Amino acid sequence: MELSHLDRQLLNAAQKNFPLHPQPFKVLSDQLGIAEQEIIERLNILQQNKAISRLGAVFDHQRAGASTLVALAVPEQDIDAVAEAITALDEVNHNYQREHTFNLWFVVNASDQNVVDQVLEHITERFDYPILDLPMVKNYHIDLGFPL
Amino acid sequence: MQPMNDALTRKIMAATQDGLPVCEHPYRVIADQLGITESALLEAMNNMLSQGLIRRIGLVPNHYALGYRFNLMTVWDIDDGEIQQLGKQVGQLSFVSHCYQRPRKPPDWNFNLFAMVHGRSEDEVNQQVAIIQRLLGSACSEMAQLNSVKILKKTGLRIRND
Repeated sequence: MELSHLDRQLLNAAQKNFPLHPQPFKVLSDQLGIAEQEIIERLNILQQNKAISRLGAVFDHQRAGASTLVALAVPEQDIDAVAEAITALDEVNHNYQREHTFNLWFVVNASDQNVVDQVLEHITERFDYPILDLPMVKNYHIDLGFPL
Repeated sequence: MQPMNDALTRKIMAATQDGLPVCEHPYRVIADQLGITESALLEAMNNMLSQGLIRRIGLVPNHYALGYRFNLMTVWDIDDGEIQQLGKQVGQLSFVSHCYQRPRKPPDWNFNLFAMVHGRSEDEVNQQVAIIQRLLGSACSEMAQLNSVKILKKTGLRIRND
């Protein structure tokens, strides 16, 4: 969808530092000089049009549990079935097929490292393909939102 | 790093992972669901922010719907002595949404830096890759671009409250 000037203002102002305040939209209203009701209506429309995925907290996956990025090198003829089986796992929250020898890339997320290890064990027992376990060593991106 | 263990913290994560309602008193709605007061919720979320459990609170734009249809996972093999400094520089580029150092797994995998780039066209993304390449210079011995063929699953972090 095409964003209006107001939409851009809202999205840029509220990607980070959304007020932790009983009436957060009132705070935004004071900051931007736009009526609280207008902000709420506009954000509801943006959400209905899927221009916003959600409004909420972005959790730090590392501190909020344990996670790792995993890649599998799956032969072309097996890829659909394996992709489906991986997607079906509760602990998998991103799964992409990519152009590379390692062609299936997914994130395993769980409450602690033991569970992540168990999921990896389960995957290696079930599928005998080359696997990469690539946990984050360091995050170099300071998440300040995305200028729109 | 503090692992998440507190019961209230878990409850709050489970209740807010699909987002806050867009209405006059969004925190009150969540607090009512959890059976706590609005001020207790605000205080707990404030603590989670200062502990780093919550990175930020805000709108999460749907980049795809907003025209950023081209994303690319780029991976780089960077000299160990220079990765800290160069990783920071790559992570600061406006079109990079994720930038992580990950372990090498020789001989299959020698890349140690991952950067996800987003653009509105293939051209734009190619230019972005060239910018990263120039920035890394001779510290980078090899790189690869891993186009996504299919998005099979994409959900936020799921926390089960059990």
